[in-house]
Amino acid sequence: MKHIKTLNTRDLQESMKKGGCGECQTSCQSACKTSCTVGNQSCEQLKK
Amino acid sequence: MIHAYQNNGYHIVLDVNSGAVHVVDELAYDLIPRIEEQLTERFGTAAQTEDPEDQIPALTQELADALGADDESTEVIGEILGLRAEGRLYTEDPYRQYATAFRHRQTVVKALCLNVAHECNLACRYCFAGEGEYHGERALMSAEVGRAALDFLVRNSGNRRNLEVDFFGGEPLLNWDVVKELVRYGRSLEKDHDKHFRFTITTNGTLLNEEILEFVNREMDNIVLSIDGRKEVNDRMRPWRSGKGQESVDGAASVYERIVPKYLAVARSRNEERYFVRGTFTHENLDFSEDVKHLADLGFTRISVEPVVAAPESPWAIREEDIPVLSAEYDKLAGMILQYRREGRPFHFFHFDIDLEGGPCVAKRLSGCGSGCEYLGVTPWGDLYPCHQFVGNERFVMGNVFDGITREDIREQFLASNVYTREECTGCFARYYCSGGCAANAWNFNGDINTVYREGCALQKKRIECAIMLKAAEAEE
Repeated sequence: MKHIKTLNTRDLQESMKKGGCGECQTSCQSACKTSCTVGNQSCEQLKK
Repeated sequence: MIHAYQNNGYHIVLDVNSGAVHVVDELAYDLIPRIEEQLTERFGTAAQTEDPEDQIPALTQELADALGADDESTEVIGEILGLRAEGRLYTEDPYRQYATAFRHRQTVVKALCLNVAHECNLACRYCFAGEGEYHGERALMSAEVGRAALDFLVRNSGNRRNLEVDFFGGEPLLNWDVVKELVRYGRSLEKDHDKHFRFTITTNGTLLNEEILEFVNREMDNIVLSIDGRKEVNDRMRPWRSGKGQESVDGAASVYERIVPKYLAVARSRNEERYFVRGTFTHENLDFSEDVKHLADLGFTRISVEPVVAAPESPWAIREEDIPVLSAEYDKLAGMILQYRREGRPFHFFHFDIDLEGGPCVAKRLSGCGSGCEYLGVTPWGDLYPCHQFVGNERFVMGNVFDGITREDIREQFLASNVYTREECTGCFARYYCSGGCAANAWNFNGDINTVYREGCALQKKRIECAIMLKAAEAEE
């Protein structure tokens, strides 16, 4: 029996290699305007 | 670095540096920190630093012997060491150097917040914009200034194709003709410059009508509709400027009664997509989960209710003693979301939305919201600020839309700011989700953008824990 279930997540270290294109949405524009959360944004490259 | 926590019956372990999320049973939850200690004692670090080939069985046995583990625990230790070998447990932070190099990157401007009206027909008690006027004169943006702002954006956006423009205020619908003209002008620039404008608008909704809605639905990527939740909460905090809150201005309705039917029409007309109803909670309504519930029960499916941004001396400000109450509210809300989901009436809560698989790259997570370099706020007369939250604070004027950025020093200061320039972030599990938090909050509370707003951090961490728990629950469904 497995005791640990790992969710599918983006490998952050891997994202260093190709990241930083800058096409992603600006965090504060979507709804918040007061409390920046970056982790809930989506990567434009992965959306394609 | 790991972060282990329990929420709504789930045991969760985050491997902070790889971004891995592990949902574990009680036995693994108990063993993961103990194995970390054992590994650190032996190797000086718990991270996998050498080729793990053939090492796992022997090391499993060695650690099992050291802990006096039974067969089941030994099995768990094997799983733990397997994840360690895959770089998904006990990973070290490899990004510090990367962030230093990142400070010298070329950036472009990709988003503007256009304050098209420093004027508002409401007088919300907690308004950071000084009831819409940003502690200055009432003013509306002219079409000329607005067009210059869009030209500035195109000119400074390099190869970036998607450009974001939010119409903000005050109340932007008080300057609706200019909003329409700027959308028209923006569209006229797209083809020649190979750009695409994503327009959004943030409104108090009181002036919405069919003509406006038709235009918004055609042209705007998102609409944010302000409402604080329950009628008594909304009408107390968001009264008409005339001072009337509960009663009408024209014999028709209170603010709540005026906007709710309009908002429901907006949500329906956009097929429940690309909108948010957005509220603010304060020290006065700490039971904000009731406001979220109220909005969900009205039928809204995209909801954001957020803590107030207020000076510490304000009666509305969130205080340190409020944090346990608010944390319990977030847990209650997360439970409610699970319940509503099971009952077939799911809704989004913006701060619990998290994209684990398709989320941002590390570069974005380190650099944060982009205020002061990629994202700027624009006043009605064209002054540029690091973001809408800084507008009105004269020391942060960075230039204007006609002459461009003239205060490179301010831009540099924001560009250099990242999770590593905030000491408190170094040991925090949430740093790659919040990216060091809001610079404006840090400035307002500490007078230094390279600090953190502690109460905000406590709430942010709680929200992230809840959001990940909801993902764990989703994976089970």
